[in-house]
Amino acid sequence: MTPKRRRLWLLVGSLAVLGVAATLVLTALNDNLVFFYSPSQVAEKSIPPERRFRLGGLVEMGSVKKNGPETRFTVTDTHKTISVVYRGLLPDLFREGQGVIAEGSLGPDGVFVAREVLAKHDENYMPPEVAKAIKDAGQWKERK
Amino acid sequence: MIPELGHFALILALAVALVQGTLPLVGAARGDGRLMALGSTAALTQALLVVVAFAALTQAYVTSDFSVANVVANSHSAKPLVYKISGVWGNHEGSMLLWALILAVFGAAVAVFGANLPDTLRARVLAIQALIGVGFLAFLLFTSNPFERLSPAPADGNGLNPLLQDPGLAFHPPLLYLGYVGFSVTYAFAIAALLEGRVDPAWARWVRPWTLAAWCFLTLGIALGSWWAYYILGWGGFWFWDPVENASLMPWLAGTALLHSAIVVEKRDALKSWTVLLAILAFSLSLLGTFLVRSGVLTSVHAFAQDPARGLYILAFLLTVTGGGLALYAWRAPKLTSSGLFQPVSREGALILNNLLLCTLAATVLLGTLYPLFLDLLTGNKVSVGPPFFNATFVPICAPLFAALCVGPFLGWKRAELWPALQQLRVAFLVAVVAAIVAAVAIDSRSTLAAVAFGFGVWLIVGSLVEFVGRLRLGRAPWAESLRRLRATPRASLGMTISHAALGVVVLGAVATGAWHLEVIQTLKPGEKTRIASYDITLVRVDNVQGPNYVAERATLAVTVGGRPFTVLEPERRLFTVQRRQVAETAIHSNGFRDLYAALGEGDRNGWVVRLYLNPLAPWIWLGAALCAFGGFVSLSDRRLRIGAPSRRPAVQAAE
Repeated sequence: MTPKRRRLWLLVGSLAVLGVAATLVLTALNDNLVFFYSPSQVAEKSIPPERRFRLGGLVEMGSVKKNGPETRFTVTDTHKTISVVYRGLLPDLFREGQGVIAEGSLGPDGVFVAREVLAKHDENYMPPEVAKAIKDAGQWKERK
Repeated sequence: MIPELGHFALILALAVALVQGTLPLVGAARGDGRLMALGSTAALTQALLVVVAFAALTQAYVTSDFSVANVVANSHSAKPLVYKISGVWGNHEGSMLLWALILAVFGAAVAVFGANLPDTLRARVLAIQALIGVGFLAFLLFTSNPFERLSPAPADGNGLNPLLQDPGLAFHPPLLYLGYVGFSVTYAFAIAALLEGRVDPAWARWVRPWTLAAWCFLTLGIALGSWWAYYILGWGGFWFWDPVENASLMPWLAGTALLHSAIVVEKRDALKSWTVLLAILAFSLSLLGTFLVRSGVLTSVHAFAQDPARGLYILAFLLTVTGGGLALYAWRAPKLTSSGLFQPVSREGALILNNLLLCTLAATVLLGTLYPLFLDLLTGNKVSVGPPFFNATFVPICAPLFAALCVGPFLGWKRAELWPALQQLRVAFLVAVVAAIVAAVAIDSRSTLAAVAFGFGVWLIVGSLVEFVGRLRLGRAPWAESLRRLRATPRASLGMTISHAALGVVVLGAVATGAWHLEVIQTLKPGEKTRIASYDITLVRVDNVQGPNYVAERATLAVTVGGRPFTVLEPERRLFTVQRRQVAETAIHSNGFRDLYAALGEGDRNGWVVRLYLNPLAPWIWLGAALCAFGGFVSLSDRRLRIGAPSRRPAVQAAE
């Protein structure tokens, strides 16, 4: 086999693999992209139930109610709020007044059913999306 | 006094690194032996100085010197000694100092073990290594000085992030950094080769031990991190496709590809410019990982509070290293001509396929990791790309990789027949198919995909062993003959078999845990019981216990099987008093084939939330990863790498 033929083979092979990979990536991105919304954005858009997305904001003070393994709380961006129900173990840094990101979908009653509540390793850390959501609602105060 | 000494040592190290990064290059260009010899001396001096700086910071931590701002922010006098020491790298400044330390030590190692390298190559490698060092030392001194003083000194510190106060995480960063930084040596060799305009089998042989060592450490580092996430986060999972995890996976994939393509350069004098490119990319991806972790541009469960200015510096550094490397590559690589010809069906062909697939995997992970960033920049939409994306892309691309992995070692160099190779793998194929069917029928008929993946795991193990057995002619030749062949087997082949089979072990563990785990979340009052599989679990009581720097609630869970006592699990919820932070301490009972895993949640009048998992084959994930790295170390001990690598042969002769 001449070097030229070999290079052609290589090229064809690489293109085939890359093509398959690109197809996989594009379909996967189409189906599995999880958007991030703040409570205000949820109120503006009509998000179909079952559509998975991430909800971010602050856990409203005094809103956390526990009933066995089920927890209900309200997420706020200081402008709009949305009720969340979560069944499972909450991360250790979940606290009222702290930033939170929950992944799940809206139930038929408009309550956000969280399948996952994300934990942070650092309590001073504010998820950038949450900070932006609160800024957009015009209520951001720079912390020292 | 001692912190100032450390600071001063760092400044001196920067000066030495500047000298080491310039004069030997000039020497190599002019053929000046004295300037070139300077490289080795400077590398040793620089390493010594950084060791002094690191020791000074460690001393400040061990003695709880609260006049040092870094110690105040990350340590506390009540902390156990081991976490005082691990606290040194459990923060931004310290971890960057650790990075600089490992970088300098690798440089010194090249100077010590590189005695048989040609003078110009050694001088250039050391110079490039020093230039990378300059970048990190300047970063430390100008943006993240770990020795900054605080006046007046507070009475006590703020303590280390409690999640990091764990033996698994204490050693996770050093191992990971040994891997990341190890690729800097490979990078330096690649750049030096481009400067020389020459890559040949001898070059590949010199690069191989460094790549292999870096790869082994990276494997161990990733495994340790995953193990830590498994038992401390209390979610029962071991891999979350989190950006920070992906950041360590990408250099691993590129490094694995590099490891394989370097074999082709060494044995067949082909794939040269591709190998050099991979060496540049592997280190660039390591730096990218650091940038992603340190800059906080991506939302991650691992996110620490960050400083954008530092992120910007690392980004600029990343662009210099990658851009500079690639520009040099574009300019010089056309000079690297390959002489080895081969057919598509051959060992070379199989290794090219391996590289193609591994790089596609790395590209997929890169895309999934950075896509949210691009979309945010372009449209302002905030998105996250989670496990479903990676399951739909990464996993399917693994299938041809695993399928081909067992076939490759049966193919000869240059030209081979596919059919005889496949025939030798008949047994492995049959065993794998049977395993997949058994898994589909007996364990879980809902997930065909998991059963197929399970079959792949078995295929990897049996296929690798079949090759090894065939090599020894086990059963076909007298025992003495097989034993003789075992002794004669190069360590590199032995390492290959171990690592390939170990990958199968990891796959089995990951598939079984991911697809077939059981989960029970329940609120229990003392005395109440629940059941997972055949295990009856009773919450006996919850006690308050006092630790060295935390108070904890400890649940006692009595586990019985068929009424007979089996074991007692004691998961805890620890409240670290200094930081007022709650951390779960899971309890795991492992018998090597499955983990019974318990995490304790919050409790009130209505009882305690208890989360239970039964994870089949979970220990195999880390056992396999450790075995994989062990295979790498076995290969590293190969005679031809240990005993003075040969002097450079003329390129023509190397083509054979």
